[in-house]
Amino acid sequence: MADEETSVICVRSLKTQFGDQVIHDGLDLDVVQGEVIGVVGGSGTGKSVLLRTIVGLNPPKDGRILLFGKDLAGLDREERSRMEGRWGVLFQDGALFSSLTVAQNIAVPLKEHSDLSPQLINELVALKISMVGLPTEAAGKYPSELSGGMRKRAGLARALALDPEIVFLDEPTAGLDPIGAAAFDELIASLQRNLGLTVFMVTHDLDSLWAICDRIAVLAEKRVLIVGTMETMQQQDHPWIHEYFHGPRARAAQRPS
Amino acid sequence: MASVSTERAGDHLVVKLTGPCHIEEAGHLDQQLSDIIPEPAIGVRIDLAGVDALDTAGAWVVHRNIVRLRDTGHAVRLVHSKPTIKTLLDLVAANDLPLEAEPPDEAALVAVVSHIGQATVEYAVEARNLINFLGLTTLSLGRSIANPRRIRWTALINHMEQSGLNAVPIVGLISFLVGAVLAYQGADQLRRFGAEIFVVNLIGVSMLREIAILLTAIIVAGRSGSAFTAAIGSMKVREEIDAMRTIGLDPMEILVLPRVIGLVLTLPLLVFIADIMGLFGGALVSWIGLGISPGQFIERLSDAIPLWSFWIGIIKAPVFAFLIAMVGCYEGFQVEGSAESVGRLTTQSVVEAIFLVIITDGLFSIIFSYLGI
Repeated sequence: MADEETSVICVRSLKTQFGDQVIHDGLDLDVVQGEVIGVVGGSGTGKSVLLRTIVGLNPPKDGRILLFGKDLAGLDREERSRMEGRWGVLFQDGALFSSLTVAQNIAVPLKEHSDLSPQLINELVALKISMVGLPTEAAGKYPSELSGGMRKRAGLARALALDPEIVFLDEPTAGLDPIGAAAFDELIASLQRNLGLTVFMVTHDLDSLWAICDRIAVLAEKRVLIVGTMETMQQQDHPWIHEYFHGPRARAAQRPS
Repeated sequence: MASVSTERAGDHLVVKLTGPCHIEEAGHLDQQLSDIIPEPAIGVRIDLAGVDALDTAGAWVVHRNIVRLRDTGHAVRLVHSKPTIKTLLDLVAANDLPLEAEPPDEAALVAVVSHIGQATVEYAVEARNLINFLGLTTLSLGRSIANPRRIRWTALINHMEQSGLNAVPIVGLISFLVGAVLAYQGADQLRRFGAEIFVVNLIGVSMLREIAILLTAIIVAGRSGSAFTAAIGSMKVREEIDAMRTIGLDPMEILVLPRVIGLVLTLPLLVFIADIMGLFGGALVSWIGLGISPGQFIERLSDAIPLWSFWIGIIKAPVFAFLIAMVGCYEGFQVEGSAESVGRLTTQSVVEAIFLVIITDGLFSIIFSYLGI
């Protein structure tokens, strides 16, 4: 188990709350460098909220979140902006800027956070577009002209624009057909291998969990109930975890390994 | 910090890269590598032993310079690259696809002419669609009147409250202020002829016939016309309108008619309030500034202003209301895909509605002068 020193994401006794509704209470989680961690949990257990809290979009009520050993709350504007270049986020539907083309979307972080020449930025944008498996014609299109799968790929390209060390993915395969979802899993796995990324993935997709996650964190009862590999998950006797990993869909997703 | 050094070794040029090659240094690194122009036809060895970290931006810079050197006829060999660095360079090389050429800029004159042409065609199409929508609205209106049970009463009352009742304070305040200003400015001019009392005629005619109705219509176009476009537009973006159609609900009946009927019923009432408030503002200034007592003001008003002036203002109201609501709803249905299009069409809806209101007001003036009222 990782400790505060070696983990890239370290969450300690986190509490988040909206009005009177407590979402997380005493939540601990560690993510180590270079792993793919899948976060699962029932609807409304605050998986996406956890992701948003870690990247600083939701102020926590209590507790500490360390990214690369630093507490975001204690950083000034400039340090924080530099830190933000070290992770990328893929939102559920890509969250591309609708008034910009795909190429312009990917160029936004590059223009904002680097001093590269326009020529070099264009080349890097073309590189990222090709790396996430989008056809070159997609570069000049607007998000509304793309299919859901292509929007996610474009969102991933934008998240990867600055070569981040951590990528946060919010339900990357939701709404994709099985072939598209498998291809997306494969894409994430290959990028993770080649770029040495740490991947924090919120998902419901059991196939994704089997295919690419090194460890799985189960969110229930307002905290992380357990973290472990798929094999560990299957041996749990907590009713929800058992149901999740032994239900009919889980059996269908399990492949002989 | 990444740095580049070159040295000659036998018949080769050795280029040594050291330090981390990250996106922060990529521009600098590219500059240094681009400056290397070896003697013709000699081999180049790129030594990556000193590179301790590389990301895709750094890899790309190395790759594009390898390509550049190869294109100028040099044999390039990579030496001492760690497996991870090799993988990344291969990944980048595999994804090196030609950039799409930007379409060449047209000549300025051609661009201007083609832009004017395009805009003209767009306006024509827009006008045709708007007339189309007018027909559609009239048709569903007729159907609803023939069968009043189809009218959505809750929605209708809701829209009457939102675009009518809630607009009372702002319409009242602005009319009051304009009435007061008009009296003040008018009195200044009329005093030169010793004809202060005619300020009553000035306020009465201008307020009742034109100002109250135009002001109210413009405020309502800004307030409710834009709200109609934004509301229907966001529903369009979230596919709610498609959902209605699949359930067998008619969006015209559910979204458009309550708004149109609601505004047609409430705008005349708003104009009436604007009339009263405008006259009140004028009377107040006349009393304080000119010493025309409220009694005198009312007496003069009923002598000098025919009742028709009041009706002319009120008659125009339902027509303007119909135009504003129709344009607001129409532009809402034109929204496509993105959130940005909601914003653009909302602006367009307000501008178009005000434009149509003023054009129609001109037509009314011609008709009324022809009729001699």
